[in-house]
Amino acid sequence: MRPAGRSDTESLYFTYPSFNAPDIDQRNTTTSSPVAIIGAGPIGMTAALALAKEGVKSVLFEKKNTFNDGSRAICVARSSFYILEHLGAVDPFLENALGWTKGRSFYRGKQILEFDMPDSKHDKYRPMYNIQQQFIEQYLWDAVAKSDLIETRWQSEILATHDHDQGIALSVADPNGHYTFDAAWVLACDGARSPIRKLRGHRLKGENFEGRYVIADIQMDHDYPTIRRALFDPECRRGGTVLIHKQPHNIWRIDYQLADDEDETQALKEATVRTSVAAVLKDIGYDGPWDLEWWSVYSANTLALDDYRDGRLFFVGDSAHIVPIFGVRGLNNGLADAANIGWKLGWVLNGQAAETLLDSYTPERRGATLDVFANASKSARFMTPNTHGWTLMRDAALSLALTHDFAGQLANPRQMTPFTYANSPAVLPDDPDFTQGPSIGAFLPDFKLAQGYVTDQLGQGFNLLCFDTSLANALSTAVPNLHVTYVPWSQALHDIYKADPDSAFLLRPDMHIAGRWKSANAQKIAQGFQSLLSSTGSNL
Amino acid sequence: MTQTDVEAIYAALAETIDRVTPEKSELFLAKLALLMAHELDDLDRVRALIESAELGLEV
Ligand SMILES: Cc1cc2nc3c(=O)[nH]c(=O)nc-3n(C[C@H](O)[C@H](O)[C@H](O)COP(=O)(O)OP(=O)(O)OC[C@H]3O[C@@H](n4cnc5c(N)ncnc54)[C@H](O)[C@@H]3O)c2cc1C
Repeated sequence: MRPAGRSDTESLYFTYPSFNAPDIDQRNTTTSSPVAIIGAGPIGMTAALALAKEGVKSVLFEKKNTFNDGSRAICVARSSFYILEHLGAVDPFLENALGWTKGRSFYRGKQILEFDMPDSKHDKYRPMYNIQQQFIEQYLWDAVAKSDLIETRWQSEILATHDHDQGIALSVADPNGHYTFDAAWVLACDGARSPIRKLRGHRLKGENFEGRYVIADIQMDHDYPTIRRALFDPECRRGGTVLIHKQPHNIWRIDYQLADDEDETQALKEATVRTSVAAVLKDIGYDGPWDLEWWSVYSANTLALDDYRDGRLFFVGDSAHIVPIFGVRGLNNGLADAANIGWKLGWVLNGQAAETLLDSYTPERRGATLDVFANASKSARFMTPNTHGWTLMRDAALSLALTHDFAGQLANPRQMTPFTYANSPAVLPDDPDFTQGPSIGAFLPDFKLAQGYVTDQLGQGFNLLCFDTSLANALSTAVPNLHVTYVPWSQALHDIYKADPDSAFLLRPDMHIAGRWKSANAQKIAQGFQSLLSSTGSNL
Repeated sequence: MTQTDVEAIYAALAETIDRVTPEKSELFLAKLALLMAHELDDLDRVRALIESAELGLEV
């Protein structure tokens, strides 16, 4: 919502573009595509870029004529930056987003915790960056628009899907009328309310939490670094919780919890929002001028589909799951979905991997969502405890935290880390000799080299990361479709990877570890890679 | 702990609960439980103690 007199897309600092519907003759010339993507939100665009990275064409259908209204998701995690880098879209994010590492929690105005998220010289990116969702969509769009492999059709709504032997026929409506479009595979990136999910008779399952939050963005010249602040039981909102985040363009996100007896309609009125925000600002000692940009209401849900796949259609992003904002996983989780299905579908369509590879999408990404649920539920119970017992213990912890650091740690939100795809059909069995270091299915930790980072050295597709020149030479021609990345071994490298000079890691295009060998040779690697691509499913 | 010590703690708890007022006594006891559990530094013992404290509440 926006203040009276301003439309949904009239922002204080962002100019929403307006995209035309496709030209009727042009849209009639292309009537099919290997992949159709429904929804050009952040996840649909990322999926299109991930497919294009593998050389696969897609057509992106979006019913609106512009980006999502409001700043919505603002925290982009380190792992998402790697995804953006891989898709060639990270530069504008690095230029404009605000990186941060620190959080502070306050109880009744007194600081009880300052936490630092893991960040070392081996990390190319900061643990978290703040940037408004419109910019996220703008930067993704800039990359999409540049790609010859992606055609976007704005103002084009998918009304129905019809499955047949070779694919799915989509009924499309645009300002010029109705038509049918044929795709071998479909990615439903149509958001939390997913009409496609409903059309196909699927339901999200899980829990709804009690707490409701108003999220309001304001513009003010407030002098405070990019540090996440959580105010528990503050003067301005007794019994409630407030979160404060800095965003670019002097925009500040203020999330405040509504009391159980507060009426939502009343709470969302502009006058009420202004009064509530003013009270928060008073609490943090800001008394300068400010402008209201946008606000919305939010409640914590942990909901997901049982299966992210339905025949030749995959659910990606919010259409497959809704996660609580605490710990900022909504968008980040969806970006990882898009990267995951993108490379897998690409490798299958290119004939480089068996179709069974696609069976690993649900267990990997649904597994990640369930892990997010476990963490987020913990945070939600701390932020908005909903029973007497949870409330009492939360208050006890906060009160104790005034004098004891250990209790303050209970208020640490523990931000998202990438999920480890252990036991996935798309990774190899572990090498029993490799007992330490980054494990099978884990996201590869980065390592600082004399110049740049290990991840800068990675090539397109699957990579074999090794530390021995003779192994690198033996492999360079032996295995088709495998990019060999040689990095000199050092003690410092061993500290991170626990690798010997003759060890090796097989990395998937999404930088997750598919296989590792403590003592590698070309034959083992070739066999492992071969079995991974031809008979995925062997590990389940 | 000697009988005298237990009596001293018994008295200290009673007096503190009265001092913090009935309204805050529950919060005080919850804080104390967390603090003592942390000092004890033994997950299994603390779990066992939580269980034994729950026994006989209805008698
Ligand atoms: C008000 C609000 C506040 C939020 N705040 C936060 C936050 O603070 N932190 C956080 O992490 N996340 C937040 N989120 C969630 C975050 O915005 C989402 O996780 C993210 O937008 C998901 O992206 P998506 O591409 O999956 O879905 P969406 O962004 O919803 O995009 C789906 C797209 O599909 C299009 N579409 C739908 N149906 C059709 C159809 N039939 N045909 C064609 N196109 C269709 C829609 O128009 C839309 O553009 C918030 C969401 C909302 C709504």
